[in-house]
Amino acid sequence: MSTDTPMLEICGLSKTFGKGTVNEHTALENVNLTLQRGDFVTIIGSNGAGKSTLFNAICGTYLPDQGSIHLGGTDITFLAEHKRAKRIGRVFQDPMKGTAPGMTIEENLALAYTRAHSGPLAPALTKRKSDFFRSALAKYNMGLEDRMKTKVGLLSGGQRQVVTLLMCTLVTPDLLLLDEHTAALDPATAEKIMEITNEIVRENNLTTLMITHNMQQALVTGNSTIMMDSGSIILSLKGKERDDMTMDGLLQLYTEKKKKAFTTDRILLSGQ
Amino acid sequence: MLYVTALQEGFLYGLLAIGVFISLRVLNIPDLTTEGSFGFGNAVAAAAVAMGYHPNISLLFALLAGFAAGLVTGFLQTKLKVHPVLAGIITMSGLYSINLMVRSGPNLAIGEGSLFKLAYAFLGEAASRDDKKIVGAILAATLCILIVLLIALFFKTHLGLCIRATGDNPDMVRASSINVDRTKIIGLCISNGLIALSGALIAHYVGYSDASSSSGTLIYGLAAVIIGEALFSLLPRSRRGVTIGLISAVCGSILYKIIVTFVVDAELFGANSANLMKLLCAVIVALTLIIPAARDALISWKNRWEARRA
Ligand SMILES: Nc1ncnc2c1ncn2[C@@H]1O[C@H](COP(=O)(O)OP(=O)(O)OP(=O)(O)O)[C@@H](O)[C@H]1O
Ligand SMILES: [Mg+2]
Repeated sequence: MSTDTPMLEICGLSKTFGKGTVNEHTALENVNLTLQRGDFVTIIGSNGAGKSTLFNAICGTYLPDQGSIHLGGTDITFLAEHKRAKRIGRVFQDPMKGTAPGMTIEENLALAYTRAHSGPLAPALTKRKSDFFRSALAKYNMGLEDRMKTKVGLLSGGQRQVVTLLMCTLVTPDLLLLDEHTAALDPATAEKIMEITNEIVRENNLTTLMITHNMQQALVTGNSTIMMDSGSIILSLKGKERDDMTMDGLLQLYTEKKKKAFTTDRILLSGQ
Repeated sequence: MLYVTALQEGFLYGLLAIGVFISLRVLNIPDLTTEGSFGFGNAVAAAAVAMGYHPNISLLFALLAGFAAGLVTGFLQTKLKVHPVLAGIITMSGLYSINLMVRSGPNLAIGEGSLFKLAYAFLGEAASRDDKKIVGAILAATLCILIVLLIALFFKTHLGLCIRATGDNPDMVRASSINVDRTKIIGLCISNGLIALSGALIAHYVGYSDASSSSGTLIYGLAAVIIGEALFSLLPRSRRGVTIGLISAVCGSILYKIIVTFVVDAELFGANSANLMKLLCAVIVALTLIIPAARDALISWKNRWEARRA
């Protein structure tokens, strides 16, 4: 992979749920998005804008109706979900989703780690791996390194999200997807998890997409911000324009864009 | 000596209990293939011996037969999206006919080709019946412990971890690089392989294979798993991993056999005691299942009572 191939390239991606039924709903409409290696893009947009659907399409949970997805130069549009998962790390909003509650912290980490490093019948945990996991966790000062043999089901939501984050990044993924991964946490913990996220992303120079409902966070985190509405990207902010943007400005832009979409709809409908 | 026999049977059926434990607790799938795969192993082992194979080879065939049964159920469940309960019932019913064909009749004797007879031969001519029973029990215990060890180790490998995660959080596994269908199928193969192996050992133990040998094995397996869990419930939940689960299933199986022996021996329910065993089994399972609810009720009642006094 040469350095100038984009890490993620999404072209003309569309997805309609329940096609041909009364419930027909276009969740993604002609989405184009390109991320260079090391880009950290935040995504904002109202509920139902299609943000999670975009992630689902990238991960292969749903196959798109149109368009293509390239990861590091290879076409993954129709690749089986578990096959592309090797290269994509994903953290969900729900802390329950990313870890196996009945297994210990180290077993969960081993699950994420061995998948890239050994054969199916190799022991999942060795002394060396345990030590490695312990020191990886110790970096985040959550006191989790002393509870390696605790079942993850007994941890708090914030602690589980840290374990999930580490699981996703232990083997450096080509792409990290964060879907409102701090939304279920109290403000202090959310902030702490955001710090850890930034640290992990910076350290590994990860290419990252992060969905958030916190506009302030969207503007200060990463290097660009996109806004989605009814399945399309309606705004993309970068560089100086983004640095100068305020929350009020963003809100105003949002209503303007929506209004414009609304008037074009009306013009189209009235046939002018 | 009655209890030595109980111990031996407990270990032999212990493999059945581990098989049920793996599908029920590790994979979190209600798998009803059990009676089919137990009977399959039972019939295949007897047929193999009848065809002149060494007892050890007959066990291997039985294991493979169980794998095949698990493969069919797993395939139905995952690739063909049949409900797990139905998938098990389908395989089980199909196997009923197949087992009749394998036995080519209602029953099939193993005779001198029995694994246990082979072991008794080491004792020489003069061995008493009690000696034989003890040797039988030791052989059963060794086999069972060896297999528990192997399975426990297997669940510590990468593949084993993936299988456990599949039962623990399918959502997470689906989004990870693990092929859920594959881990489920492998898990079911191992579970049913062990159950079939248990069936084969029982055929060697009683000296023949017949259609009734597998009836009641599902409820037996459930009872063993649940009794074992009750037995180990004093251990904190965080300490109860898969290894403890495997051990507890075998202990449950042994304890169950001992209870049965005691009930029948003491004629606790009169001369009919032996006929009441399945009812007893159902009652034990039901009672153990209501213990948590009963305990909660007791605690809340106690708290309320103390609150009122304060
Ligand atoms: N499997 C599905 N079947 C039918 N409709 C779906 C499905 N998944 C999503 N949708 C619809 O697609 C639209 C976009 O949903 P999506 O989950 O992507 O929104 P979102 O932007 O993530 O919103 P939120 O901020 O609430 O998480 C919604 O209207 C939703 O109802
Ligand atoms: Mg969403």
